[in-house]
Amino acid sequence: MIKKEMIAMLLAGGQGSRLGVLTAKVAKPAVSFGGKYRIIDFPLSNCINSGVDTVGVLTQYQPLRLNTHIGIGIPWDLDRNVGGVTILPPYERSKGSDWYTGTANAIYQNLEYMEMFNPDYVLILSGDHIYKMDYEVMLDYHKANNADITIAAMPVPIEEASRFGVVITDDSNRIVEFEEKPEHPRSNLASMGIYIFKWSVLKDALIKLKDEPGCDFGKHVIPYCHTKGDRIFAYEYNGYWKDVGTLGSYWEANMELIDIIPEFNLYEEYWKIYTNSDKIPPQYVAENAVIERSIIGEGSEIYGEVYNSVIGSGVIIGRGTVVRDSIIMHNCVIEDGAVVDKAIIAEDVRVGNGAHLGVGEYAPSKYDPKVYQFDLVTVGEHSVIPPNVQVGRNTAISGVTEPEDYKDGMLASGDYIIKAGGVQ
Amino acid sequence: MRAVGIILAGGNSKRMRELSNKRAISAMPIAGSYRSIDFALSNMTNSHIQSVAVFTQYNSRSLNEHLSSSKWWDFGRKQGGLYVFTPTITAESSDWYRGTADALYQNLTFLKNSHEPYVVIAAGDGIYKLDYGKVLEYHIEKKADITVVCKDMPEDEDITRFGVVKTNDDGRILDFEEKPMVASSHTISCGIYVIRRRQLIELIERCAAEDRYDFVRDVLVRYRNLKRIYAYKMDTYWSNIASVESYYKTNMDFLKPEVRDFFFKQYPDIYTKIWDNPPAKYNPGAAVKNSLVSSGCIINGTVENSILFRKAYIGNNCVIKNSIILNDVYIGDNTVIENCIVESRDTIRANTTHIGTPDNIKIVVEKNERYTL
Repeated sequence: MIKKEMIAMLLAGGQGSRLGVLTAKVAKPAVSFGGKYRIIDFPLSNCINSGVDTVGVLTQYQPLRLNTHIGIGIPWDLDRNVGGVTILPPYERSKGSDWYTGTANAIYQNLEYMEMFNPDYVLILSGDHIYKMDYEVMLDYHKANNADITIAAMPVPIEEASRFGVVITDDSNRIVEFEEKPEHPRSNLASMGIYIFKWSVLKDALIKLKDEPGCDFGKHVIPYCHTKGDRIFAYEYNGYWKDVGTLGSYWEANMELIDIIPEFNLYEEYWKIYTNSDKIPPQYVAENAVIERSIIGEGSEIYGEVYNSVIGSGVIIGRGTVVRDSIIMHNCVIEDGAVVDKAIIAEDVRVGNGAHLGVGEYAPSKYDPKVYQFDLVTVGEHSVIPPNVQVGRNTAISGVTEPEDYKDGMLASGDYIIKAGGVQ
Repeated sequence: MRAVGIILAGGNSKRMRELSNKRAISAMPIAGSYRSIDFALSNMTNSHIQSVAVFTQYNSRSLNEHLSSSKWWDFGRKQGGLYVFTPTITAESSDWYRGTADALYQNLTFLKNSHEPYVVIAAGDGIYKLDYGKVLEYHIEKKADITVVCKDMPEDEDITRFGVVKTNDDGRILDFEEKPMVASSHTISCGIYVIRRRQLIELIERCAAEDRYDFVRDVLVRYRNLKRIYAYKMDTYWSNIASVESYYKTNMDFLKPEVRDFFFKQYPDIYTKIWDNPPAKYNPGAAVKNSLVSSGCIINGTVENSILFRKAYIGNNCVIKNSIILNDVYIGDNTVIENCIVESRDTIRANTTHIGTPDNIKIVVEKNERYTL
C-alpha cells in the first residue's frame, strides 16, 4: 500500500485581483518574478528541497499558464513513479458540479486524492508567497509538540499586525487565541497561511464543515478545531517572507533582489529555486549598453541603459533606451529610444520607438485607486504601446493600443487604457 | 526518422593544450551556456532521430556528467534513447577503441540490433545546426553509398587539420586526402556521414578482419574509387573547435549578431543540461560591453568583448577583455585578464594579472582556496 508521511496541497486557484492587469489572464501564482521565475516556483522548490515529493496543485482561475508551466513537474524533480505533482482542477460530478468556493472547500473536494497516499500529515501551502522554508523542520516541530495543527507564523511590526491574521500563544507556543485583522492586535505573530495538519484531524474537520459556504482555513477550519480543543501550535519563522499580493509589494520584492547582498538570496547553492525555463542562451550586452544594479534573465539583449531593474528572459532593450526602477518580464521588446520609468511590464509586451513611460507627476488612479496606488505604470501581457507616445505615472494599460488611444499622444497620470483582446 | 545516430566523442587533441587535461573535446563549454556535444545531440533530436549512441573514451567524466540525463535533448523515450558506450573488456577484446572504425566495431551490436535503415555519424566537436533529414534525402537521391557533409572553406583559412575532398560536378567525391600539407581543394569534410546501416556493418566488419581501425583512412579514403561517396555541401555556420585558436574564435563568433541569431533565435533550438542558476546580476561598478553573460554570473567590474560562462563571479575593479571565462570561475578584486581562456572552476586571487596576445591566447589554470559568501 502506498504510504507518504507528508503530502502537500498547494492552493493556486486565486486571481490575485490586487495585481490588476498583471493577473487579467493568468493566476497570481503564475506571474513571473525575479527575472526568471514564477511565483509558484518558490513553494514548489521548497517542497522538493524539504523532501516533500507529493504535491497536489489546486487550480481554478485562468489555469493555462500554470498547467503548461508545471507540466509533469520535471523542473522540480516532481515527476515521480509514486506521488509527484498533480494538478487538481474543479470537476463535474454526477450530481452537479461545484467550483472551489474557499480554500478549505477546495481541499475538501480533493479528499480522494489525499486518501490515495495514506498520509500521516498534510501540508497546506499557498502559491503566492516568496520565501524559502524547510517544511521538514516544521514537521519535526509538529511531531515534537504532538500537535494536531501547526501554523507557521512570523513576527511583523506591531503597527502592521492589523493587516494579518494574528495568533496569541502561551509559553509553549500553543495557540490560545486567534484574531483576524484585529484593530488593536495583542500579538505581532502573523499567520503565514502555511499549515501542517494531522491527516485525521484535517479529514474530520473538512467533512464536518463540508456544508459551510465558502469554507476557508482561517475563517472556519482553524476556529472549529480550536473550539473543539485541538492542539494548535505556532511555528515561528524568522526568514524572508513576502506576500506579493499588491503591485507595491510585488515591485518591492523584485527590487530587493538587486541589493548587493539581497536579504532573499537566490545565489545560495544549498536551497536552489527551480523553474521551467525554455530560454537557454546567454544574454548579450552590446557595445553601448550600460547596466547597473540590475538582474537580467537568459537570452536577453541589452543595447540601451538599464538601472535598478529586474529584466526577464528573452527581453530586448533597444538602442538609446533607458530603463529605470522597473520590472520587465519575459519576451518583451522595448524598441529604440524609449524611456521606461517605474513600470511593471508583463510578458510579451512591445513598447514602440521613442515611447516614454512614467512621465509627469503622480495622480490617483481613475481606474481602481485601491489597486493602482503605488505610482507604477502597469502594462498587461501581450500589450502594445505605439511609438512616441507619452504615458503618465500610476497608469494602467492592457491590450493592443493604437496612437488614437492616446489623446495628443499622451496618457495622463492616473489614467488607463484597457482594451479587450490583449492576447493575440 | 529512418536513421540511428552515432556521435564520436572519444577524441582528444594536443592542439587543445591544457584545456584537454580535464575533459574530452566534445565536453568543451561553448557560447556561455552549452557544451560542444549539445550541437550534434540537438541536431539529432531536431532531425527526429530517436536512438543515439555516444562513443566516449578520453577523459569522459565531464562528458558523462553532462549526459547523466537524456531528458534535456528529449531522448530517454520508450522508442529509442541515448546510449553512452565506453570501451569495455569482453570475452573477445580488452582493447581501447583503436580508432573510429574500431569504436564502431566494438559496438556493432548496437547497429545490428537497430531496425532503422540508415545511420548518421557525427563528430562531437562541430558547432553547427543541420537537419540530417536533408542530408539523408540527398543521400537517397544520389543513390550514394556514403554521404559526407562538406564545407567550402575560405581560401586563406588553414585547413591542414581537416580531411580535404575533391568532387565532380555531380557532387561525387573523386579524391579524399586526410590532413594534407598542400591541399588540392578548399572543400573539407565536416566529419558527418550518412550511410546505410547494413552497408556500414559490412564495411566495418571487413575493416576489423583486416586489422584496420580508422573510418576516414580505412573506409573513406580506401573505398573512394569503389563506392559512391558523395559530398553534401553545408552553407550555414560550421566550426570545428579542436584547437585552442579555433575554440577561442568559435566562442568569439557568438558576439556577432548573425551567428547569435542563427543559433539562438532561429528555429530549432540547441538544447543543453539545465543548471538552474538565478539570473545574472550587475552590481554597482559593473561595466559590460559587447559580451555574452550567462545565468548565475555576478559582475562587479569591467567586462569587454568577452564571454562569461555560467556562474562566473567578477570582483570589484576587475578588467576582463577579449577573454573567455569558463563555468564557475571566481575572480578576486582588481584582477586584470586579457586575451585569456580561464579554465572552469578556477579561483583567481585578487590583484592578479594574466595577459595573453591575440595570436597567443593564454590559458589560465589556477586553483586556490575559495571563500564565498
